[in-house]
Amino acid sequence: MLAYVIQRVFQSAIVLLVVGLVAFSMFRFVGDPVDNMLGQERTQADIERLRTQLGLDQPFPVQYFKFLTGAAQGNFGVSYRQGRPVSDILVERAPATLELAAVSGFLAISIGIALGVFTAIRRNGFAAHAIMSVSLIGVSLPTFLIGILLIYLFSVELGWLPSFGRGDTVKIGGWSTGFLTESGLKALILPSITLGLYQMTLIMRLVRSEMLEVLRQDYIRFARARGLRERAVNFRHALKNTLVPVITVTGLQLGSIIAFAIITETVFQWPGVGLLFINAIQFVDIPVMAAYLMLISVMFVGINLIVDLLYFAIDPRLRVDRTAAH
Amino acid sequence: MNEPILSIRDLTVEIPTRHGILSPVKGVSYDIGRGEILGVVGESGAGKSMAGNAVIGLLSPPAHIAEGEIWVGGTRVDHLAGEQMRRLRGKEIGMVFQDPLTSLNPLLRIGDQLTETMLAHLDISRSEAEARAVAALEEVGIPGAAERVGSYPHEFSGGMRQRVVIALALCAEPSLIIADEPTTALDVSVQAQIISLLKKLCRERGTAVMLITHDMGVIAEAADRVAVMYAGQLAELGSVREVLTRPRHPYTDGLMGSTPLASRGKDRLHQIPGAMPRLDALPPGCAFHPRCPHAQDRCAENPGPRIEDGAGGVACWFPMTREAVA
Repeated sequence: MLAYVIQRVFQSAIVLLVVGLVAFSMFRFVGDPVDNMLGQERTQADIERLRTQLGLDQPFPVQYFKFLTGAAQGNFGVSYRQGRPVSDILVERAPATLELAAVSGFLAISIGIALGVFTAIRRNGFAAHAIMSVSLIGVSLPTFLIGILLIYLFSVELGWLPSFGRGDTVKIGGWSTGFLTESGLKALILPSITLGLYQMTLIMRLVRSEMLEVLRQDYIRFARARGLRERAVNFRHALKNTLVPVITVTGLQLGSIIAFAIITETVFQWPGVGLLFINAIQFVDIPVMAAYLMLISVMFVGINLIVDLLYFAIDPRLRVDRTAAH
Repeated sequence: MNEPILSIRDLTVEIPTRHGILSPVKGVSYDIGRGEILGVVGESGAGKSMAGNAVIGLLSPPAHIAEGEIWVGGTRVDHLAGEQMRRLRGKEIGMVFQDPLTSLNPLLRIGDQLTETMLAHLDISRSEAEARAVAALEEVGIPGAAERVGSYPHEFSGGMRQRVVIALALCAEPSLIIADEPTTALDVSVQAQIISLLKKLCRERGTAVMLITHDMGVIAEAADRVAVMYAGQLAELGSVREVLTRPRHPYTDGLMGSTPLASRGKDRLHQIPGAMPRLDALPPGCAFHPRCPHAQDRCAENPGPRIEDGAGGVACWFPMTREAVA
């Protein structure tokens, strides 16, 4: 078990190195940051001086190595646009994105699993058919369109909920939270629905099809033949057996919730890291972009690691090393 | 015979399809007394499992009981719905499935599967149920039962798992066990052990057993009486000794002739010409007449007579005289 974890952490580190390399080499094509930073009135000498100052005159491998050694120590350099350390900016922006992602993820998993189980158990009922049809909308509509439709309905027409921003936030230590104020909570509703809807429908459809598969298994028939209550058959026996594949997909989806928050944050002008990244691209703010990509890949890799460990918790057949003694 | 535990009268199961109604079980009647083992034999698709599923109320829709009566322990059960039937399953009627590798939920400890079954039916405390779970495993011959209650199904061999399945089927002390091909998926060396275990436990408790199999050896070994099924109908019903040594129905005769016996040497096995008709293409008259060596005009015109007495009989217009098979 421990050996497995160490092996996975080692693999994760390699993945991060490769992501960093790919990201870093792509930045050479997004434009020259010096153009943006100096404005119209500039001399060739100014350009050269700034290039040297930013280290852009050095060969690519050297730049990459410097970035890595800095990143390993939590130092991602200084933002070209804001002139502040990137790590400070990220710490400031991260709570907004993490809170949004957490609420979306929670909605997606809880509602997705509940509806998936419901549509599987009542698979011939009217309600199940209706939910399945509506879920097609969630799968097929692009995120930004859902966001705009929600804004139109609930902010413009009904005026119930704010259309942009985080509302009031409260600082707890270094963390600014929107959970403790009414306007903060209100501001969370539309963006989190927008962000979580696709994952919710995906999880729901996955749980449904897995559940239908499991309900056909012999051990479910045997559980029925033993006279267990329907509730025990459906939840204790069937749902637990659907969870392994569901966790795999859900884990990947949670990663993409954070990654795809870019679109939702842009639509709702949500002051998180996604919006920061979009602005950084426009300004060719390489340190911010690089730090953002590394952050996202750390999260993806971390979530995957957690998912792999959850398999062990759920499926006893994988815990071979501990039980082989029998 | 004493008051039968299971009494089936004129049972017909129907499956409505687009091309008309199929009857996998048609007008079947038989009884099983306390502590008696009735072997139900026939080819695949003869309706033997379907009849078992009808008794325990686990026909998968759209299959349903169209006609007839099923009595278990003096209660009529064929028209019971949902919750009432669930209370009987496990408590009055236990079931053992064919494949022990798939009948146990892989994610639950076998002790938990035993206790949940007992708690669903018996008015006992959890600790009492846990104690009984250990006793139940000891009874079916699991070594080290006290430790093995905490094991998962994958930690047992196939034969041991079938012992666990039998313990599960018997743990709420049903008066009737339906064993649907309980040894077909097991190694030959384990088959005899499982059959003698089933026989021993049911004799001790006075449990009636419906032993569904296509293995004549198993019937000869374990059953008291035998019901031979062909194309959904009962061909012959009687004591094992009589039916196996002096069959009266030509199909039974053919079946016996096609069973290899060591005593008969290496002679060519007898074959019944043709194949059992599909349910949607039953011949008029007696279903067996196209393959029957003794068929006469009457057999093609009139459906075979039905066995209406649950104790014994033969469904043939021209039953063979009782003479020993050479």
